[in-house]
Amino acid sequence: MTDKNKDLIDQKLQDLNNDGVDRRGFLKCMAWAGTGLVWTMSGGIPSSRAFAKSHGKDAGKGGDFSFVQISDSHIGFNKPANPDVTATLQTAINKINAMPDKPDFIIHTGDLSQLSKPSEFDTLDQVLKGASAKQIYFVPGEHDMLTDNGEQYLQRYGKGTKGGGWYSFDQKGVHFLGLVNVANLKAGGMGSLGHEQLEWLEDDLKGRSASTPIVLFAHIPLWTIYPDWGWGTDDSEQALSYVKRFGSVTVLNGHIHQIMQKVEGKVSFHTAMSTAFPQPAPGTAPSAGPMKVPADQLQRVLGITDVNYLVSGRSLAVVDSPLDLGTSPSGNGGGSGGR
Amino acid sequence: MTKKTLWMASMPAPLLIAMLLLLPGPRSLAANDQPSGTATEVKIDNFVFGPQTITVPVGATVTWTNKDDIPHTTVSTDGVFKSKVMDTDEKFSFKFTKAGTYSYFCSVHPKMTGKVVVQ
Repeated sequence: MTDKNKDLIDQKLQDLNNDGVDRRGFLKCMAWAGTGLVWTMSGGIPSSRAFAKSHGKDAGKGGDFSFVQISDSHIGFNKPANPDVTATLQTAINKINAMPDKPDFIIHTGDLSQLSKPSEFDTLDQVLKGASAKQIYFVPGEHDMLTDNGEQYLQRYGKGTKGGGWYSFDQKGVHFLGLVNVANLKAGGMGSLGHEQLEWLEDDLKGRSASTPIVLFAHIPLWTIYPDWGWGTDDSEQALSYVKRFGSVTVLNGHIHQIMQKVEGKVSFHTAMSTAFPQPAPGTAPSAGPMKVPADQLQRVLGITDVNYLVSGRSLAVVDSPLDLGTSPSGNGGGSGGR
Repeated sequence: MTKKTLWMASMPAPLLIAMLLLLPGPRSLAANDQPSGTATEVKIDNFVFGPQTITVPVGATVTWTNKDDIPHTTVSTDGVFKSKVMDTDEKFSFKFTKAGTYSYFCSVHPKMTGKVVVQ
């Protein structure tokens, strides 16, 4: 990569959130480590180490498991920011399938489609069928509820869920909650969970041991990142009040098409990259619309998120990997990533 | 640049003026859709309705056009009108037959709001 290109990427990825996480440094570290960086959340204090090392050593211990988060595949989008979003989703799936330790399942945090068209959902299904992990958990993005208040989404991806598509499940002692914050949005507001879902959430968590690791996932961030662009959820405070007593809480979101992280007490927040197109850092563009980057750099700003649960520390380690780390001099534009 | 421009530029000015005067008035008006005052355009650009507030006479038809790469909607907060989802360059029109102030927003990106004032 030329210095000029590198500067461009650094510029686009710099942290403007003042939350102490410098993504420019983060990506540089990742490039240095070659495969990625682990954020281990232990007692609310994040520590980082090289991914490859820890991954090999800890993998396969009884009770440990991993899953992958993908987000914002926007199947059907065909504008210059990425004319072939199906291909980049396929690259993401190839990357997941090539992982040395197979993830137990995949979580898709919404915006599966661009326009909620049946053909778009069909294409998504076709690509996801090729994933080695057969279990995929979904939550809807606003793009999946465009035509029918989400009925089609519920029929396809929300069977057995409650209300507008929310649900919970357990995996080896970790309690997962999939939340919907893209329905019935109010004029002037941001994302919304709504009264009915909040009641269900409170009820679902009641009686669970405070030592149970909790993972909340939803499309729009459950923390306020940038209100001007609606990057937050109006009633997330109430939802978070229900998980405060738990020792380990991980919140996984999408929607903003870039990595953002924050740790607040025992709650760690994380947003994933899109598999389709990047969006600008908050306030750096006139709007949150798709950001065009040179074609050979696109796969460096798209990616997947690998989450490892280590029983020993009851902690979840979150690792972001771009589709292409940009280690090859030619940029590897259409390749299968940096692995 | 074009042949036509050169051809017209080379014509004597009086002839050019005469030709322009001969252009049929009513038809050119029709080509502009409707007389000004009864049609109003709102452009959706960079996640903003522009103009954010428009004032139109009773009976006016307002047309919204999405100029973004991302789909938007136009939904009245009081349920008076509701567009289908508009992809890039798609339009939605609504005729306002009663005076009043109509607030609306994009149901996909609710931070986007606008107003139509009908007088």
